[in-house]
Amino acid sequence: MTVQNRQIEVLRYDPERDETPRFETFTVPCKEEWVVLDALTYIKDELDPSLTFRWSCHMAVCGSCGMQVDNKPTLSCKAFVRDYGEKIRVEPLANFPIERDLVISQDDFMEKLQRGRPWIIPEQKREVEDGPYVQTPMQLDDIKEHTMCINCLLCYAACPVYALERDFVGPAALTLMYRYNADSRDAGWDERREVFAGHGGVWECSFVGACSDVCPKHVEPATAIQKGKMDSAVDYFTRFLMPGGGK
Amino acid sequence: MSSKVPSHKPLVWLPFAAGGMFAALLLPVAILLTTGLILPDATSYEAAHAFASNWLGKLVLFGFVLLPVWHAAHRLRVTAYDFGVRADSLVAWIVYPGAALLSVLAVVFLLQI
Repeated sequence: MTVQNRQIEVLRYDPERDETPRFETFTVPCKEEWVVLDALTYIKDELDPSLTFRWSCHMAVCGSCGMQVDNKPTLSCKAFVRDYGEKIRVEPLANFPIERDLVISQDDFMEKLQRGRPWIIPEQKREVEDGPYVQTPMQLDDIKEHTMCINCLLCYAACPVYALERDFVGPAALTLMYRYNADSRDAGWDERREVFAGHGGVWECSFVGACSDVCPKHVEPATAIQKGKMDSAVDYFTRFLMPGGGK
Repeated sequence: MSSKVPSHKPLVWLPFAAGGMFAALLLPVAILLTTGLILPDATSYEAAHAFASNWLGKLVLFGFVLLPVWHAAHRLRVTAYDFGVRADSLVAWIVYPGAALLSVLAVVFLLQI
């Protein structure tokens, strides 16, 4: 088993002691099969137990360990150290306030996510005895890729619009809203319209596509938002041009 | 109407989207046709003149100007914003009337043929 020393340059910030964030470099004997998260765990276990970062599953499912690795939003459990140079720079996700070291505050995203009502709003509510809401495999196929989001927030760290426009609802939340709008069992379009197509909604997106580039689950937020723009445009003209507002 | 209309962006976005498709798929073909490298007979001066003299031909040529120009205007506005130009209204007041002017010029020239 090959072991190679690597310099892990980590952004540190302790709100009780530090005025501003600073970098600290650790020398870590990395095994060949290690990911960046393993190197951070080594630092915490062996070198500095105060290093703070989020992680849980270590298998790209939980979405907790998103960080900037060499300036690119990445799941640190998916980033093999052997794919990087001798020196690896690890920072908290861009575009978010830092709470401590590599931990960012998710408050803004959580608030936006809730406003989007990302759950099924049925036309007619079914009781337990009525059985489940059914859906065909073909109907599921229409939205399936957009359902795979793990809320890791890499897309927000990559999005140039979110970086500039704090009101932008953002890739993951808009994608989830699209996913429910397009779900055959859902009838919540009217309730989501103002967040989805209003100020801060899909129209803020300038289709750079960085969200889809960094997404570790191939959720394709850029595609979902583009499809959402088309749906919103159709909705806009239907409501204006059709007698009775299209409803 | 049950709830208020949240945004009028579709008015500029739909021509933008149509123009994007036009610019990506059809404009290169149109430019290639003007070189005379393909279908030289069909794109000779006489043939092109006859095409532009016809009302349907005028309409098609107008579409070839209007949609990509509108696309360019909106893309310039959005790109300016992405690059940090915060004067969005000012940019909008430059690019959209610019696109409108080019569209009007297209109509004027087409009507002279």
